[in-house]
Amino acid sequence: MINFIQQYGGQLLYKLWQHIYISGISLGLGILVAVPLGILLTRMKHGSGVIIEIASVLQTVPALALLAMMIPIFGIGALPAIVALFIYSLLPILRNTYLGIQGVDPSLKDAAKGMGMTNFQSIIKVELPMAVPVIMSGIRLSATYVIAWTALASYIGAGGLGDFIFNGLNLYRTDLILGGSIPVILLALLVDWLLGKLEVWLTPTTTSARA
Amino acid sequence: MFLEMKHLSKVYGGKKAVDDFNLDVKKGEFICFIGTSGSGKTTTMRMINRMLNPSSGSIKLEGKDVLKADPVKLRRRIGYVIQNVGLMPHMTIRDNITLVPKLLKWSDEKKNERAKEMIKMVELPEEYLDRYPSELSGGQQQRIGVVRALAADQDLILMDEPFGALDPITRESLQDFVQDLQQRLGKTVIFVTHDMDEALKLATRIVVMSHGKVIQVATPDEILRHPANEFVENLIGKDRLIQARPSITTVGQVMYNNAVSITPGRSLKEALKLMHEKRVDTLLVTDDSGILKGYVDIEQIDYNYNTATSVDDVMTRKVFYVYENSIIRDTVEKILKRGYKNVPVVDENKKLVGIVTRASLVDIVYDALWGEADTSTNEDSTKDNKGKDKVTSAKAGDGQA
Ligand SMILES: Nc1ncnc2c1ncn2[C@@H]1O[C@H](COP(=O)(O)OP(=O)(O)OP(=O)(O)O)[C@@H](O)[C@H]1O
Ligand SMILES: [Mg+2]
Repeated sequence: MINFIQQYGGQLLYKLWQHIYISGISLGLGILVAVPLGILLTRMKHGSGVIIEIASVLQTVPALALLAMMIPIFGIGALPAIVALFIYSLLPILRNTYLGIQGVDPSLKDAAKGMGMTNFQSIIKVELPMAVPVIMSGIRLSATYVIAWTALASYIGAGGLGDFIFNGLNLYRTDLILGGSIPVILLALLVDWLLGKLEVWLTPTTTSARA
Repeated sequence: MFLEMKHLSKVYGGKKAVDDFNLDVKKGEFICFIGTSGSGKTTTMRMINRMLNPSSGSIKLEGKDVLKADPVKLRRRIGYVIQNVGLMPHMTIRDNITLVPKLLKWSDEKKNERAKEMIKMVELPEEYLDRYPSELSGGQQQRIGVVRALAADQDLILMDEPFGALDPITRESLQDFVQDLQQRLGKTVIFVTHDMDEALKLATRIVVMSHGKVIQVATPDEILRHPANEFVENLIGKDRLIQARPSITTVGQVMYNNAVSITPGRSLKEALKLMHEKRVDTLLVTDDSGILKGYVDIEQIDYNYNTATSVDDVMTRKVFYVYENSIIRDTVEKILKRGYKNVPVVDENKKLVGIVTRASLVDIVYDALWGEADTSTNEDSTKDNKGKDKVTSAKAGDGQA
């Protein structure tokens, strides 16, 4: 173990950084696109079902196939990986945003509108805060997927901890396989824990007694 | 006219939810919409603040076409109490109350001041401003829901079954609260209810609706006396109709017109002389235009004869009086309960128009009992009496005259 770190420590850190970078950007873009899109869907009279359906279909394409499909368009490297993972991250966030906003107590939306809030004010001040737990659980799900699948991105030359794993598989080296996969698991757990903290922080309080 | 609704209709997929609705509302009126479920009450109300757009017809608020107004701005100036209270669970009571003022960009100071004013109005401690809705009882939340609709000085308040799921006692106290608020602040209220008792108690005019159409628009008294058709009769209920009958007689019909009065500027000697002439022991005090100001009786004059000079010095300013057009049923009880020998009667402007004496009470009681015996069997007379109090709208005030 100590041996492994002495030998591969620098490389491990670098790959970890790549991993965080790729999954972070994918997830970030996913949030940036899926949350507003999900909100938009709740304002549409028709077509929201179709869009959710399309996103669901994209989700069923095998991860490796989707990654491979990116190569003719974007070549190899980090860019195609980020695009593919971004597409993957969309659905859980989109669906949860849509359901979360849709699920806000109708009388609150009615009150917001009736008090004279604009559509935008109603979203920002009432609907989004109330939907935080649902939206955040979508983001957490996406985060876990994206971190796991970023390991596959090594296949199309994106780098990341997947490099260790695939090298290990090629060379029958268990230490490399574990050296790559354990950090992925730890990273996924850590990110989920951090997002959990964020969720608590974002969820509005509804009682004055903070325990 | 404050609010004019003309030929309003709302069609949902070929079915008319509201069909040619017409109503003119004067400032300060308390209008109750009543009708069976699905009769279009909510739909009509929600067209006023553009929560719904009419399929046809026009709405004018203070002469301006509501349908051409910016709906967001419009809603900020119309108070709206929604059926399920709809307090924001993630905002403190303070923020809930000042929701509209905040949208109107009031200063923090002004908002805070208003929040305090409002919480006082609903008789809750100021500390409650920092609480969240979940920390209030259902009735308290509904109070907040009501003042939220007042906090930005809205002149027109729409209330959709605001006291739906409440126990009768809380409900009644909230009704009193809203009625008092409306009368004190001169708000115009449109109020949807299922409950005829509520409508009879609160409304200045009742709008009876059925299947999207207006069946009758009338004051509570008129509705009780002349229900437009069987539907309205059923809505009122036979019991109430019977109860309503003997209470038609007003104070004005049984009072004596010759109340002896004097102005405050006159001397005690003059007062005494007047008492002697008219053979009375009490004089009502009115100003030059006949507005009731108080009374003075022989004991007060006797007691102060050497120290005071004018009626003004000795008169009692707190005087119990009743309105000429209030209904005797209610009034009798008040007079008897207080044990007054006689009670002045005033018109809407508080101008003295007559007096009800203990002697005339005999007639009143006789009339009341006789009227009752005539219309219902006598067995349940105590219960009947309670019912009557509810439906009569006698206003008896006592206060500084
Ligand atoms: N969005 C809608 N789409 C189709 N029909 C509707 C819609 N909203 C209301 N209606 C219909 O319009 C009619 C009037 O409804 P409304 O809500 O105004 O009744 P209401 O008098 O308020 O009833 P309640 O006392 O039950 O609240 C009903 O028949 C209802 O089914
Ligand atoms: Mg309704």
